[in-house]
Amino acid sequence: MAAIENTSAAKPAATRPNWLVRDLVGLAVILAVAAIGYFLFPNNLALLTRILGVALLVLSIDLVTGFCGVATLGHAALFGAGAYASGIAAVHFGITDPLLMVVVGAIGGALAGIVSGAVILRGHGLAQLVLSIAVVHLFHEAANKASAYTGGSDGLSGISPDPIFGMFAFDLWGRTAYGFAVALVAIAFVVLRLITRSPFGMLCRGIKEDPIRIRAMGASVQGTLLKMYVISGAVAGVGGALNAISTQVVGLDSLSFTLSAEALVMLVLGGTGSLYGALIGTVSFMWFEDFVSAANPFHWLTIVGALLIAVVLFAPRGLYGSAQTLLDRFRGDGK
Amino acid sequence: MQTVFSVGIDALAYGMVLFVISIGLSVTMGLMRVVNLAHGAFAMIGGYIASYATQTLGFGYGVAILVAVVGTIIIAIPVERFLYRRIYGAPELTQVLMTIGITFCVIGIANYVFGPTLKTIPLPEALRGPVDLGFRSIAAHKLFAIACGVAVAGALWFLIEKTSFGVKLRASVDNAAMAASLGVRTKIVYAVSFAVAVGLAAFGGIVGAELLPIEPYYALRYMVTFLVVVSVGGAGSIPGALLACLLLGAIDTSGRYLLPEYGEFFFYLAVIAIVCVFPRGLLGRSK
Repeated sequence: MAAIENTSAAKPAATRPNWLVRDLVGLAVILAVAAIGYFLFPNNLALLTRILGVALLVLSIDLVTGFCGVATLGHAALFGAGAYASGIAAVHFGITDPLLMVVVGAIGGALAGIVSGAVILRGHGLAQLVLSIAVVHLFHEAANKASAYTGGSDGLSGISPDPIFGMFAFDLWGRTAYGFAVALVAIAFVVLRLITRSPFGMLCRGIKEDPIRIRAMGASVQGTLLKMYVISGAVAGVGGALNAISTQVVGLDSLSFTLSAEALVMLVLGGTGSLYGALIGTVSFMWFEDFVSAANPFHWLTIVGALLIAVVLFAPRGLYGSAQTLLDRFRGDGK
Repeated sequence: MQTVFSVGIDALAYGMVLFVISIGLSVTMGLMRVVNLAHGAFAMIGGYIASYATQTLGFGYGVAILVAVVGTIIIAIPVERFLYRRIYGAPELTQVLMTIGITFCVIGIANYVFGPTLKTIPLPEALRGPVDLGFRSIAAHKLFAIACGVAVAGALWFLIEKTSFGVKLRASVDNAAMAASLGVRTKIVYAVSFAVAVGLAAFGGIVGAELLPIEPYYALRYMVTFLVVVSVGGAGSIPGALLACLLLGAIDTSGRYLLPEYGEFFFYLAVIAIVCVFPRGLLGRSK
């Protein structure tokens, strides 16, 4: 009797902790890398914080592109919407608590996600790409026009967030901002891990593989994708809010086509369809960018271009995907 | 009335320049189904070569156009052979990334070779002044751009509808596998139409240099515009591209004249409306 109970208990225990342990290891690795960054580059925490903000944007693109197969070149619209939402809340409505600002940013991003998702999901292929580009330009022009709220091309300045929990003030070196950013990314990682593993996440993957079959099974393709778009918008909005809080200014460049394209490049560089890929791509791209563009911004463009071509030709699954393939092959040889 | 007329002429000239540049993109996208974001880069290369030929080498305008078109095609051939051929039939995301990569490279190299300044292509005497039409005078280069657009549209119509190459091209657009099995060498059709497309892009880049000035970020700045034109007109359709260029040129130009503070807001609003109503473009064929 005891033995039977033991085996029946052991079976789920054997499969379940597998992913739990894996995720905890992943989380630990992220935190460890963040800590190493903190100690290696104590004078460059602003850059590290910006990387983490963009990492949230890239994660959110991964949700729609990597998991749902929606090609978009306009995702900065959601990031910028979150940044402006939290910035406007702070400047015009006096909401200066950083946690509340993040919530406002997430709501702003989610609303932008509903709007742009409703437009972008109407098209397929080329039409979808063009719609996404048009959406980000539309957001950009709207923010430029509404200068009473957004500051127009001068940017929205004067955001001064309160200390977190009333205890940790944002200091000049950006230590608090960095810690805050790491915490947000870690939370986002855990939440997204749960979402992508849930039945809903599986449904999204199914839609990416074969939308017609999913529809035949009785699930709503458009509805599911729109829900994912809203989640993605919330994540991007958190990234935008983080950027607004840490830099204390929101510029029109946070709504630009260039940022959208760069973020997509980061995602593909790291590898689509995996949260780790998104993080690895962001960190390596932005670190490399900072390194090279300090020398000459135009050489940087040439190198990014060459890098993109190389990734498409030789590592279509991105850095993380290729590493995984290599690792699998290595293991296969070991057997 | 004055405003309407000058807006109309500007819109027409702008639309025709857009047409000359993006018709090649439309044909290659209809034929090879490649989302080619690097098309503007070829227009930019054409502009740079023409500028170099006129300014440094001292060639005449007509010769410079010829040199630039041929030069751009020569540059484009290896690019097609080694890079584009790998992404025919690949998913859109891959194509977007590859062609954005090519665009970035071209921008970086152009800046390295020619510097970040704006390049001009001096117009010949005949195109410099205004032309008196009796009731109004118009800048001659705008009339020239319009004439070029009309000529290109006519020549392409003739090429595609009346020649045997056009028959093969249309067959390959409709069904490449079937055309190949009937003896059409689709690879050659692809290569020739890619060369024609690139040549037209270079030509448009030069003719339109007064309206879309040549500088290193040209390729990135107008990349979206060209793509939008093709998407609105319907990939592979010449009348569609012409219609889209005239329509979008009119919307963009009148928006700039009448409501400059809104920037390109109405342009993109119109694009969203059109693409939502006609997902395959105005005159695009359904699959």
